[in-house]
Amino acid sequence: MNGVAVEQEIEPQESLASFLRERLRLTGTKVSCDVQVCGACTVLVDGLPVSACTYLAYEARDRDVLTVEGLAPSDGELHPLQRAFLEDNAYQCGFCTSGMLLTAKSLLDTNPTATEEEIVEYMDGNLCRCTGYRPIVAAIKRVQGELA
Amino acid sequence: MPMFLPRFTIDQPSTLGEASRLLREYGEDGCVYAGGTELLLAMKKGGLRYGHLVDIKTVPGLDAVAQQDGAVRIGALATHMALERSSLVRSKLPIFAQVEARVANPRVRASGTLGGNLCFGEPHSDPATLLLCLEPTLRVTGADGSREVPLPVFMVGPYEVALEPGELLESVTVPLLGAHQRAAYRKFQLHEYPMLGLALVLDLDQRGAVTTSARVAIGSVSPTPRRSEAAEALLVGERGAVRGRLDEAANALADDADLLDDHEGSAEYKRHLIGVFLKQAFEEATADTSAASGGRGS
Repeated sequence: MNGVAVEQEIEPQESLASFLRERLRLTGTKVSCDVQVCGACTVLVDGLPVSACTYLAYEARDRDVLTVEGLAPSDGELHPLQRAFLEDNAYQCGFCTSGMLLTAKSLLDTNPTATEEEIVEYMDGNLCRCTGYRPIVAAIKRVQGELA
Repeated sequence: MPMFLPRFTIDQPSTLGEASRLLREYGEDGCVYAGGTELLLAMKKGGLRYGHLVDIKTVPGLDAVAQQDGAVRIGALATHMALERSSLVRSKLPIFAQVEARVANPRVRASGTLGGNLCFGEPHSDPATLLLCLEPTLRVTGADGSREVPLPVFMVGPYEVALEPGELLESVTVPLLGAHQRAAYRKFQLHEYPMLGLALVLDLDQRGAVTTSARVAIGSVSPTPRRSEAAEALLVGERGAVRGRLDEAANALADDADLLDDHEGSAEYKRHLIGVFLKQAFEEATADTSAASGGRGS
């Protein structure tokens, strides 16, 4: 879990989102639609995005889970995506932001030179009701510029 | 208010035979569990209820993708994302990789499997719609051995497939397209599921000017994805003549589909879209016929 081994007993029907939020008190992962449509609960399992609301905690056994709490490399230092989201005002209420950040990370990890069209298509499954998306795309492109 | 999954147990078989025995033992109270993107959602909403899930991801090798005698054999547990990214699928069946890359959203693609998609019998399935035109063979395994089933026979109706109690889908073998075959796929989607998908595969003559045979299917607008013999007959012939019959072919396709009026749109609107997409798909499939690039798709 964010680079640290965690040993916990779980119920088979327990979702990864409730495991994170209620057992580990990692409340950065938000649950909104609860039916894997909105993307607010996105976390990465072995680098791939999943909807933690409808994904069994059981599936995370012996695998690497990354949540927003594990994104920054250290205290006081933000991940480039987090910095870019700040600089571009790519959030307002912030409820979708954890999921946006992790989805964007999974995109840039596999396709660092994604075109704007590819960014829009990949991020299409993450909903934001505040910003209108343009600053989110801008923030992702900003990070691409920094990496290039 | 969060929805909670009801209690269930999870079994971890190490072979398909063991999985099959467990499923027969549980009967109506057990279900195969693969990616879970459809199953867990339906259970959460209360539409399905099982006391026992049999997790076949613990059976080794069921997600393998390999070339086999002019075909690609796809293990039932290959995820949409694995297929979208597979170098074998991208090079040998590019149209299939392209369709997989646009299924739902990346989270569903990362967990959801091709086998799960087909076994759930979801009428809004892009892979099933395209596969109808690629004519794969499905390998189904149960306690008494294996059998091969063509996709149209497998798809019985909405959320209903031709699996006997204890039977599991093991793999899907998709023939490669030949040098003179062209494929295209078009879809319209506003929400999580497609509202209309249209797949087209054309066999062309040596010069690329004549369609010698055609396969066309539509999905998401009818109880299961469907082909239309009447439409396919109209798509055979010299290119200019076929182009003149595209409206007629689109109508035949719509007539054979039992179009539904639903919240996604009226049957009339869907009929209109079928006409637009068939023209686009036909132009795309015949666009590069001067180049000898076999099986290229949209």
